[in-house]
Amino acid sequence: MRRKTYLKSITLLLFLLTFMSYGQEGHSEEQLLEGSKADKETEMKEYILHHLKDSYDFGLYSYTAENGETKHVSFPLPVILWDNGLKVFMSSKFHHGEEVAEVGGNYYKVYHSKIYKVDGPNGKINEDEHHHATNEKPLDFSVTKNVALIFMVFVILFFMFKRMAQSYKKNNNLPMGIGRLLEPIVLYVRDEIAIPNIGEKHYKKYMSYLLTVFFFVWIVNLFGLTPIGMNVTNNIAVTLCLALITYIITTFSGNKNYWKHIFWMPGVPVPMKIILAPIELLGTFIKPFALMIRLYANITAGHIVLMSIIGMMFIFNNWIGSSLSFVLAFVLAILELLVAVLQAYIFTVLSALYFGMAVEEHHDEAH
Amino acid sequence: MGNIPEIVGAGLIVIGAGIGIGRIGGSAMEAIARQPEATGKIQTAMLIAAALIEGIAFAALFAK
Repeated sequence: MRRKTYLKSITLLLFLLTFMSYGQEGHSEEQLLEGSKADKETEMKEYILHHLKDSYDFGLYSYTAENGETKHVSFPLPVILWDNGLKVFMSSKFHHGEEVAEVGGNYYKVYHSKIYKVDGPNGKINEDEHHHATNEKPLDFSVTKNVALIFMVFVILFFMFKRMAQSYKKNNNLPMGIGRLLEPIVLYVRDEIAIPNIGEKHYKKYMSYLLTVFFFVWIVNLFGLTPIGMNVTNNIAVTLCLALITYIITTFSGNKNYWKHIFWMPGVPVPMKIILAPIELLGTFIKPFALMIRLYANITAGHIVLMSIIGMMFIFNNWIGSSLSFVLAFVLAILELLVAVLQAYIFTVLSALYFGMAVEEHHDEAH
Repeated sequence: MGNIPEIVGAGLIVIGAGIGIGRIGGSAMEAIARQPEATGKIQTAMLIAAALIEGIAFAALFAK
Protein backbone atom coordinates (compact mmCIF):
# COMPACT_ATOMS: atom_id res chain seq x y z
CA MET A 1 0.00 0.00 0.00
CA ARG A 2 2.81 2.39 0.87
CA ARG A 3 4.41 1.89 -2.50
CA LYS A 4 1.18 2.73 -4.24
CA THR A 5 0.92 6.07 -2.43
CA TYR A 6 4.55 6.77 -3.32
CA LEU A 7 3.87 6.25 -7.00
CA LYS A 8 0.72 8.31 -6.87
CA SER A 9 2.41 11.20 -5.15
CA ILE A 10 5.18 11.29 -7.76
CA THR A 11 2.62 11.45 -10.55
CA LEU A 12 0.70 14.15 -8.75
CA LEU A 13 3.86 16.14 -8.11
CA LEU A 14 4.90 16.06 -11.77
CA PHE A 15 1.39 17.11 -12.74
CA LEU A 16 1.23 19.98 -10.26
CA LEU A 17 4.68 21.26 -11.20
CA THR A 18 3.53 21.63 -14.78
CA PHE A 19 0.73 23.96 -13.90
CA MET A 20 2.70 25.89 -11.33
CA SER A 21 5.19 26.79 -14.01
CA TYR A 22 2.64 28.47 -16.19
CA GLY A 23 1.15 30.19 -13.21
CA GLN A 24 4.52 31.66 -12.45
CA GLU A 25 5.31 32.62 -16.01
CA GLY A 26 1.96 34.35 -16.15
CA HIS A 27 2.74 36.15 -12.91
CA SER A 28 5.67 38.08 -14.31
CA GLU A 29 3.53 39.09 -17.24
CA GLU A 30 1.08 40.84 -14.95
CA GLN A 31 3.32 43.87 -14.92
CA LEU A 32 2.59 44.31 -18.61
CA LEU A 33 -1.02 45.19 -17.84
CA GLU A 34 -0.37 48.91 -17.85
CA GLY A 35 0.29 50.54 -21.19
CA SER A 36 -1.38 50.21 -24.55
CA LYS A 37 -2.22 46.97 -26.33
CA ALA A 38 0.51 47.30 -28.95
CA ASP A 39 3.08 47.81 -26.19
CA LYS A 40 1.85 44.72 -24.46
CA GLU A 41 2.12 42.69 -27.63
CA THR A 42 5.74 43.66 -28.30
CA GLU A 43 6.66 43.04 -24.68
CA MET A 44 4.98 39.67 -24.78
CA LYS A 45 6.93 38.78 -27.90
CA GLU A 46 10.19 39.77 -26.22
CA TYR A 47 9.29 37.84 -23.10
CA ILE A 48 8.58 34.67 -25.08
CA LEU A 49 11.78 34.99 -27.10
CA HIS A 50 13.73 35.57 -23.91
CA HIS A 51 12.13 32.53 -22.31
CA LEU A 52 13.31 30.34 -25.18
CA LYS A 53 16.91 31.48 -24.88
CA ASP A 54 19.72 30.09 -22.80
CA SER A 55 21.11 32.43 -20.15
CA TYR A 56 24.08 32.87 -17.84
CA ASP A 57 22.07 32.98 -14.64
CA PHE A 58 19.42 30.72 -13.25
CA GLY A 59 16.55 33.20 -13.28
CA LEU A 60 13.48 32.44 -11.21
CA TYR A 61 11.39 35.54 -11.87
CA SER A 62 11.58 39.31 -12.12
CA TYR A 63 9.24 42.03 -10.95
CA THR A 64 8.99 45.82 -10.92
CA ALA A 65 9.68 47.36 -7.51
CA GLU A 66 7.77 50.35 -6.14
CA ASN A 67 10.41 52.81 -7.30
CA GLY A 68 10.10 51.54 -10.88
CA GLU A 69 13.26 49.44 -10.84
CA THR A 70 13.16 45.96 -12.34
CA LYS A 71 14.34 43.40 -9.81
CA HIS A 72 15.55 39.95 -10.80
CA VAL A 73 15.48 36.95 -8.52
CA SER A 74 18.05 34.45 -9.73
CA PHE A 75 21.04 32.28 -8.86
CA PRO A 76 24.35 33.11 -10.51
CA LEU A 77 26.13 30.38 -12.45
CA PRO A 78 29.85 30.09 -13.19
CA VAL A 79 31.12 31.67 -16.39
CA ILE A 80 34.20 30.01 -17.89
CA LEU A 81 35.99 31.89 -20.67
CA TRP A 82 39.15 31.16 -22.61
CA ASP A 83 40.67 34.49 -23.63
CA ASN A 84 44.49 34.26 -23.52
CA GLY A 85 44.17 32.18 -20.39
CA LEU A 86 41.36 30.70 -18.40
CA LYS A 87 38.94 33.18 -16.80
CA VAL A 88 36.42 31.89 -14.28
CA PHE A 89 33.92 34.11 -12.48
CA MET A 90 30.30 34.09 -11.38
CA SER A 91 27.65 35.49 -13.68
CA SER A 92 26.47 37.82 -10.90
CA LYS A 93 29.23 40.15 -12.10
CA PHE A 94 27.11 40.97 -15.13
CA HIS A 95 24.18 42.14 -12.97
CA HIS A 96 21.72 40.37 -15.29
CA GLY A 97 23.43 41.60 -18.40
CA GLU A 98 23.11 45.25 -17.42
CA GLU A 99 26.73 45.90 -16.48
CA VAL A 100 30.24 45.28 -17.77
CA ALA A 101 32.18 42.61 -15.87
CA GLU A 102 35.88 43.22 -15.20
CA VAL A 103 38.09 40.13 -14.93
CA GLY A 104 41.89 40.29 -14.83
CA GLY A 105 42.10 43.52 -16.82
CA ASN A 106 39.60 42.42 -19.47
CA TYR A 107 36.04 43.68 -19.76
CA TYR A 108 33.10 41.57 -20.88
CA LYS A 109 29.49 42.36 -21.63
CA VAL A 110 26.44 40.20 -22.34
CA TYR A 111 24.62 41.09 -25.53
CA HIS A 112 21.69 39.00 -26.79
CA SER A 113 22.67 36.12 -24.49
CA LYS A 114 26.27 36.01 -25.77
CA ILE A 115 29.42 37.29 -24.07
CA TYR A 116 31.50 39.88 -25.95
CA LYS A 117 34.74 41.64 -25.09
CA VAL A 118 34.54 45.43 -24.69
CA ASP A 119 37.27 48.09 -24.32
CA GLY A 120 36.67 49.45 -20.86
CA PRO A 121 34.27 49.77 -17.94
CA ASN A 122 31.95 51.87 -20.11
CA GLY A 123 32.62 49.91 -23.29
CA LYS A 124 29.94 49.64 -25.91
CA ILE A 125 28.94 46.84 -28.25
CA ASN A 126 29.53 47.87 -31.86
CA GLU A 127 26.96 46.77 -34.40
CA ASP A 128 27.09 46.34 -38.15
CA GLU A 129 24.18 47.22 -40.41
CA HIS A 130 22.43 43.89 -39.70
CA HIS A 131 22.51 44.52 -35.93
CA HIS A 132 25.13 41.83 -35.37
CA ALA A 133 27.78 42.66 -32.80
CA THR A 134 31.26 43.08 -34.25
CA ASN A 135 33.13 42.87 -30.94
CA GLU A 136 35.60 40.11 -30.23
CA LYS A 137 34.05 36.96 -28.75
CA PRO A 138 36.06 34.91 -26.23
CA LEU A 139 35.77 31.10 -26.31
CA ASP A 140 32.89 30.31 -24.01
CA PHE A 141 32.69 27.15 -21.89
CA SER A 142 30.28 28.55 -19.33
CA VAL A 143 27.93 26.51 -17.22
CA THR A 144 24.76 28.16 -18.49
CA LYS A 145 21.20 27.43 -17.43
CA ASN A 146 20.90 24.57 -19.92
CA VAL A 147 24.20 23.01 -18.90
CA ALA A 148 23.17 23.25 -15.25
CA LEU A 149 19.93 21.41 -15.99
CA ILE A 150 21.75 18.71 -17.95
CA PHE A 151 24.00 18.13 -14.93
CA MET A 152 20.94 18.04 -12.68
CA VAL A 153 19.18 15.47 -14.87
CA PHE A 154 22.38 13.46 -14.96
CA VAL A 155 22.46 13.32 -11.15
CA ILE A 156 18.75 12.50 -10.94
CA LEU A 157 19.01 9.68 -13.48
CA PHE A 158 22.09 8.30 -11.76
CA PHE A 159 20.43 8.09 -8.34
CA MET A 160 17.13 6.80 -9.72
CA PHE A 161 18.75 3.89 -11.50
CA LYS A 162 21.26 3.22 -8.72
CA ARG A 163 18.40 2.81 -6.28
CA MET A 164 16.63 0.57 -8.74
CA ALA A 165 19.69 -1.64 -9.11
CA GLN A 166 20.18 -1.80 -5.34
CA SER A 167 16.58 -2.82 -4.78
CA TYR A 168 17.08 -5.84 -7.08
CA LYS A 169 20.05 -6.90 -5.00
CA LYS A 170 18.28 -6.50 -1.68
CA ASN A 171 14.96 -8.18 -2.46
CA ASN A 172 15.79 -11.35 -4.39
CA ASN A 173 15.42 -9.73 -7.80
CA LEU A 174 12.15 -8.03 -6.93
CA PRO A 175 12.02 -4.31 -7.65
CA MET A 176 11.09 -2.04 -4.76
CA GLY A 177 10.37 1.66 -4.45
CA ILE A 178 11.41 3.58 -7.53
CA GLY A 179 12.22 0.30 -9.27
CA ARG A 180 8.53 -0.48 -9.38
CA LEU A 181 7.99 2.69 -11.37
CA LEU A 182 10.93 2.20 -13.72
CA GLU A 183 10.82 -1.52 -14.39
CA PRO A 184 7.77 -1.47 -16.71
CA ILE A 185 9.24 1.44 -18.66
CA VAL A 186 12.60 -0.28 -19.07
CA LEU A 187 10.84 -3.47 -20.14
CA TYR A 188 8.72 -1.49 -22.57
CA VAL A 189 11.81 0.02 -24.18
CA ARG A 190 13.33 -3.45 -24.46
CA ASP A 191 10.29 -5.42 -25.66
CA GLU A 192 8.49 -2.84 -27.77
CA ILE A 193 11.29 -0.65 -29.08
CA ALA A 194 14.61 -2.50 -29.12
CA ILE A 195 13.71 -6.11 -29.96
CA PRO A 196 11.21 -5.51 -32.81
CA ASN A 197 13.43 -2.91 -34.50
CA ILE A 198 16.94 -4.27 -33.94
CA GLY A 199 16.28 -7.98 -33.59
CA GLU A 200 16.84 -10.59 -30.88
CA LYS A 201 20.45 -11.14 -31.82
CA HIS A 202 21.93 -7.67 -31.58
CA TYR A 203 19.63 -5.62 -29.37
CA LYS A 204 21.59 -6.00 -26.12
CA LYS A 205 24.48 -3.88 -27.32
CA TYR A 206 22.20 -0.88 -27.94
CA MET A 207 19.96 -1.10 -24.87
CA SER A 208 22.16 1.18 -22.76
CA TYR A 209 22.05 3.99 -25.31
CA LEU A 210 18.33 3.61 -26.04
CA LEU A 211 17.42 3.66 -22.35
CA THR A 212 19.68 6.63 -21.66
CA VAL A 213 18.34 8.68 -24.52
CA PHE A 214 14.72 7.81 -23.69
CA PHE A 215 14.94 8.79 -20.04
CA PHE A 216 17.16 11.79 -20.71
CA VAL A 217 14.87 13.33 -23.32
CA TRP A 218 11.76 12.54 -21.31
CA ILE A 219 12.97 14.01 -18.03
CA VAL A 220 14.53 17.02 -19.71
CA ASN A 221 11.24 17.69 -21.52
CA LEU A 222 9.33 17.41 -18.25
CA PHE A 223 11.73 19.87 -16.62
CA GLY A 224 11.03 22.24 -19.48
CA LEU A 225 7.44 22.38 -18.23
CA THR A 226 8.31 23.08 -14.56
CA PRO A 227 8.49 26.48 -12.83
CA ILE A 228 12.25 26.74 -13.26
CA GLY A 229 11.42 27.10 -16.94
CA MET A 230 14.54 25.74 -18.57
CA ASN A 231 14.11 24.15 -21.96
CA VAL A 232 17.14 22.15 -22.86
CA THR A 233 15.64 20.36 -25.84
CA ASN A 234 14.68 23.60 -27.55
CA ASN A 235 18.36 24.38 -27.82
CA ILE A 236 19.36 23.02 -31.22
CA ALA A 237 22.91 22.28 -30.02
CA VAL A 238 21.61 19.71 -27.53
CA THR A 239 19.45 17.89 -30.06
CA LEU A 240 22.35 18.09 -32.52
CA CYS A 241 24.58 16.23 -30.06
CA LEU A 242 21.94 13.57 -29.41
CA ALA A 243 21.41 13.04 -33.14
CA LEU A 244 25.16 13.00 -33.71
CA ILE A 245 25.59 10.19 -31.19
CA THR A 246 22.89 8.19 -32.99
CA TYR A 247 24.65 8.86 -36.29
CA ILE A 248 28.03 7.77 -34.97
CA ILE A 249 26.66 4.56 -33.45
CA THR A 250 24.80 3.75 -36.69
CA THR A 251 27.85 4.38 -38.84
CA PHE A 252 30.23 2.34 -36.71
CA SER A 253 27.90 -0.60 -36.26
CA GLY A 254 27.04 -0.80 -39.96
CA ASN A 255 27.92 -4.24 -41.35
CA LYS A 256 28.87 -5.25 -44.88
CA ASN A 257 25.24 -5.62 -45.85
CA TYR A 258 24.40 -2.07 -44.73
CA TRP A 259 27.20 -0.45 -46.73
CA LYS A 260 26.40 -2.59 -49.73
CA HIS A 261 22.83 -1.29 -49.71
CA ILE A 262 24.16 2.25 -49.68
CA PHE A 263 26.93 2.13 -52.27
CA TRP A 264 25.99 -0.79 -54.51
CA MET A 265 22.27 -1.53 -54.12
CA PRO A 266 21.72 -5.19 -54.97
CA GLY A 267 18.97 -6.15 -57.39
CA VAL A 268 18.89 -3.02 -59.57
CA PRO A 269 20.60 -2.37 -62.95
CA VAL A 270 24.09 -0.82 -62.93
CA PRO A 271 23.17 2.71 -64.17
CA MET A 272 20.52 2.82 -61.43
CA LYS A 273 23.14 1.77 -58.87
CA ILE A 274 25.27 4.75 -59.81
CA ILE A 275 22.34 7.13 -59.41
CA LEU A 276 21.21 5.55 -56.15
CA ALA A 277 24.58 5.62 -54.39
CA PRO A 278 24.77 9.41 -53.76
CA ILE A 279 21.07 9.53 -52.81
CA GLU A 280 21.51 6.74 -50.29
CA LEU A 281 24.65 8.35 -48.94
CA LEU A 282 22.83 11.65 -48.50
CA GLY A 283 20.04 9.70 -46.80
CA THR A 284 22.40 8.61 -44.02
CA PHE A 285 22.95 12.29 -43.16
CA ILE A 286 19.32 13.31 -43.54
CA LYS A 287 18.10 10.72 -41.04
CA PRO A 288 19.94 12.13 -37.99
CA PHE A 289 19.27 15.66 -39.27
CA ALA A 290 15.54 14.95 -39.20
CA LEU A 291 15.93 13.54 -35.66
CA MET A 292 17.58 16.79 -34.58
CA ILE A 293 15.00 19.07 -36.21
CA ARG A 294 12.03 17.03 -35.02
CA LEU A 295 12.86 17.15 -31.33
CA TYR A 296 13.99 20.78 -31.43
CA ALA A 297 11.03 22.04 -33.44
CA ASN A 298 8.39 20.13 -31.50
CA ILE A 299 9.51 21.43 -28.14
CA THR A 300 10.10 24.98 -29.38
CA ALA A 301 6.75 25.14 -31.18
CA GLY A 302 4.96 23.75 -28.14
CA HIS A 303 6.49 26.36 -25.85
CA ILE A 304 5.81 29.26 -28.21
CA VAL A 305 2.15 28.28 -28.68
CA LEU A 306 1.58 27.72 -24.98
CA MET A 307 3.22 30.97 -23.92
CA SER A 308 1.36 32.91 -26.61
CA ILE A 309 -1.97 31.60 -25.38
CA ILE A 310 -1.07 32.45 -21.80
CA GLY A 311 -0.06 35.89 -23.04
CA MET A 312 -3.45 36.26 -24.70
CA MET A 313 -5.09 36.09 -21.27
CA PHE A 314 -3.43 39.42 -20.48
CA ILE A 315 -4.06 40.95 -23.89
CA PHE A 316 -7.80 40.22 -23.82
CA ASN A 317 -8.07 41.35 -20.22
CA ASN A 318 -11.79 40.61 -19.97
CA TRP A 319 -13.45 37.65 -18.36
CA ILE A 320 -14.71 35.91 -21.51
CA GLY A 321 -11.51 36.06 -23.54
CA SER A 322 -9.22 35.44 -20.60
CA SER A 323 -11.11 32.44 -19.29
CA LEU A 324 -11.28 30.96 -22.80
CA SER A 325 -7.52 31.32 -23.16
CA PHE A 326 -7.09 29.84 -19.71
CA VAL A 327 -9.03 26.72 -20.67
CA LEU A 328 -7.08 26.47 -23.92
CA ALA A 329 -3.77 26.86 -22.06
CA PHE A 330 -4.83 24.22 -19.54
CA VAL A 331 -5.65 21.70 -22.27
CA LEU A 332 -2.45 22.52 -24.14
CA ALA A 333 -0.39 22.03 -20.99
CA ILE A 334 -1.79 18.51 -20.69
CA LEU A 335 -1.00 17.96 -24.37
CA GLU A 336 2.57 19.11 -23.72
CA LEU A 337 2.93 16.41 -21.05
CA LEU A 338 2.01 13.91 -23.75
CA VAL A 339 4.36 15.52 -26.27
CA ALA A 340 7.21 15.28 -23.74
CA VAL A 341 6.96 11.48 -23.59
CA LEU A 342 5.99 11.09 -27.24
CA GLN A 343 9.09 12.88 -28.48
CA ALA A 344 11.31 10.78 -26.23
CA TYR A 345 9.58 7.69 -27.58
CA ILE A 346 9.91 8.76 -31.24
CA PHE A 347 13.58 9.62 -30.81
CA THR A 348 14.25 6.21 -29.26
CA VAL A 349 12.20 4.28 -31.83
CA LEU A 350 13.85 5.98 -34.78
CA SER A 351 17.32 5.50 -33.27
CA ALA A 352 16.52 1.81 -32.79
CA LEU A 353 15.24 1.65 -36.38
CA TYR A 354 18.50 3.07 -37.73
CA PHE A 355 20.58 0.70 -35.60
CA GLY A 356 18.39 -2.13 -36.86
CA MET A 357 19.11 -1.13 -40.46
CA ALA A 358 22.83 -1.06 -39.72
CA VAL A 359 23.03 -4.54 -38.20
CA GLU A 360 20.46 -6.30 -40.39
CA GLU A 361 21.72 -9.70 -41.56
CA HIS A 362 21.88 -10.59 -45.18
CA HIS A 363 18.66 -12.37 -46.11
CA ASP A 364 17.68 -14.14 -49.34
CA GLU A 365 18.10 -12.42 -52.70
CA ALA A 366 14.39 -11.79 -53.31
CA HIS A 367 13.74 -8.40 -51.72
CA MET B 1 3.69 43.23 -46.06
CA GLY B 2 6.76 41.77 -47.72
CA ASN B 3 6.45 38.43 -46.01
CA ILE B 4 3.17 37.29 -47.58
CA PRO B 5 4.84 34.49 -49.62
CA GLU B 6 6.38 33.14 -46.42
CA ILE B 7 3.07 33.16 -44.60
CA VAL B 8 1.25 31.49 -47.50
CA GLY B 9 4.04 28.93 -47.76
CA ALA B 10 3.80 28.14 -44.05
CA GLY B 11 0.05 27.73 -44.44
CA LEU B 12 0.48 25.34 -47.37
CA ILE B 13 3.00 23.26 -45.39
CA VAL B 14 0.62 23.01 -42.47
CA ILE B 15 -2.29 22.01 -44.76
CA GLY B 16 -0.15 19.32 -46.38
CA ALA B 17 1.12 17.93 -43.09
CA GLY B 18 -2.39 18.07 -41.65
CA ILE B 19 -3.85 16.06 -44.53
CA GLY B 20 -1.00 13.54 -44.25
CA ILE B 21 -1.24 13.00 -40.52
CA GLY B 22 -5.04 12.99 -40.69
CA ARG B 23 -5.00 10.22 -43.27
CA ILE B 24 -2.56 8.18 -41.20
CA GLY B 25 -4.69 8.60 -38.10
CA GLY B 26 -7.88 7.72 -39.97
CA SER B 27 -6.39 4.61 -41.53
CA ALA B 28 -4.97 3.51 -38.19
CA MET B 29 -8.42 3.87 -36.61
CA GLU B 30 -9.96 1.71 -39.33
CA ALA B 31 -7.22 -0.86 -38.97
CA ILE B 32 -7.67 -1.00 -35.19
CA ALA B 33 -11.43 -1.38 -35.61
CA ARG B 34 -10.86 -4.34 -37.93
CA GLN B 35 -8.15 -6.00 -35.90
CA PRO B 36 -8.24 -4.83 -32.29
CA GLU B 37 -5.62 -7.41 -31.29
CA ALA B 38 -3.00 -5.65 -33.46
CA THR B 39 -3.55 -2.27 -31.75
CA GLY B 40 -0.02 -2.00 -30.35
CA LYS B 41 1.73 -2.66 -33.64
CA ILE B 42 -0.57 -0.33 -35.57
CA GLN B 43 -0.03 2.46 -33.08
CA THR B 44 3.75 2.16 -33.31
CA ALA B 45 3.69 2.23 -37.10
CA MET B 46 1.25 5.15 -37.03
CA LEU B 47 3.44 7.20 -34.68
CA ILE B 48 6.56 6.57 -36.75
CA ALA B 49 4.84 7.58 -40.00
CA ALA B 50 3.34 10.67 -38.36
CA ALA B 51 6.74 11.62 -36.95
CA LEU B 52 8.34 11.34 -40.38
CA ILE B 53 5.76 13.68 -41.93
CA GLU B 54 6.08 16.03 -39.00
CA GLY B 55 9.86 16.08 -39.42
CA ILE B 56 9.54 17.16 -43.05
CA ALA B 57 6.92 19.77 -42.16
CA PHE B 58 9.10 21.28 -39.43
CA ALA B 59 12.15 21.26 -41.68
CA ALA B 60 10.15 23.17 -44.29
CA LEU B 61 8.77 25.63 -41.73
CA PHE B 62 12.19 26.40 -40.27
CA ALA B 63 14.06 26.51 -43.59
CA LYS B 64 12.49 29.68 -44.95
